[in-house]
Amino acid sequence: MPSSKAIKSFLPFVIIGLVAALTITIGAMLYRAKRVAAVTMSEEQTVAAQATDSVHARGSADAPVTLEEFGDFQCPPCGRLAGSLQEIEKDYGARLRVIFRNFPFAIHEHAREAAYAAEAAGLQGHFWEMHDLLYREQANWSKTKDVQPLFTSYAGMLGLNLDRFKTDMSSEKVKEKVESDQNRGEALGVKNTPTIFINNQSVPPTSLNPIALRAAIDAALREKKAPE
Amino acid sequence: MRSKRATFAPAAVASRSQIVIYSLLGLISLAGLADATYLTAQSLSGETMVCGGSPDCFKVLGSPYAHLGRIPLALVGAIAYFSVFSFAILAAFGYAKVRRFLLITVWSMFAVTLWLLYTQAFILHAFCRYCLFSAAMVFLLAGLIVASRPP
Repeated sequence: MPSSKAIKSFLPFVIIGLVAALTITIGAMLYRAKRVAAVTMSEEQTVAAQATDSVHARGSADAPVTLEEFGDFQCPPCGRLAGSLQEIEKDYGARLRVIFRNFPFAIHEHAREAAYAAEAAGLQGHFWEMHDLLYREQANWSKTKDVQPLFTSYAGMLGLNLDRFKTDMSSEKVKEKVESDQNRGEALGVKNTPTIFINNQSVPPTSLNPIALRAAIDAALREKKAPE
Repeated sequence: MRSKRATFAPAAVASRSQIVIYSLLGLISLAGLADATYLTAQSLSGETMVCGGSPDCFKVLGSPYAHLGRIPLALVGAIAYFSVFSFAILAAFGYAKVRRFLLITVWSMFAVTLWLLYTQAFILHAFCRYCLFSAAMVFLLAGLIVASRPP
């Protein structure tokens, strides 16, 4: 039988080993729980996306790769990604089509109003200009208490009819569009923004950077070139 | 010739007050370890790069200051807390030689914590509650280290 002295010299190492094992196990479980499972859109959901008349898309409709983003205009990671996405769009040209869907979070005070502003600009044919402007100016309007005058001034910068813009921002049509985007996101299991689908396959959050996105687009292009 | 093992053995029985302090150091480092493990899982899963999961944290943990290259700073923190826990347990069982490592680790963590608090306050202008909890744990560890100094 081991002496009490021997037990005493072993015991701290047993405790340390147990804590190490427990930490690694819990860490792995947390990682598995937090990792967003890859989602593939069903055929029905894909068709529904393309059939919607009011979908905001940039790039050729025949592009081999379609990138669909669910974004929140007040979300800083979405803002950071917006600039990179514009560069990617320029570089891939006709090979890439980008679709934007609104997914405003309630935790962001002005996100819904920003989505309405983009949609109202869209009714005058300037959705993407407002989209780019809102992301570019995110740091400024996010901190403002009353965003309406700022959004109206943005509309002015884009040369929109301001009376119509203000009316459209509070119209049912605009609200329904934002609602419908959000419903689509929820149906696809979107929980975070930005959430990106490339050719109907979700991109994991760890790949939401320019290098990984380009790699995912390249892979989708290769897949299109060499179908099974 | 003395073996290497013999040199790393309980040298003397720690005093009762020292055992209490080392046990407290162990408990506090466990709390810090839990916090850092959570943040590491969050960072590795990509949750800090998106909005929706942890609204208070993505600003801080999604920033470049939260990584050392590709390694999340939270992982480095978890290793540091685990080291403090290990040294505290060993010290409580009379391994007096680890006290020096305990001091070095805690004071290094203290210095890094001050830098991180400065970064959150003056560079990022955002505070992450998990990071503040970790800072509180490090301050407690440093306080206990000061208290455990032999007269």
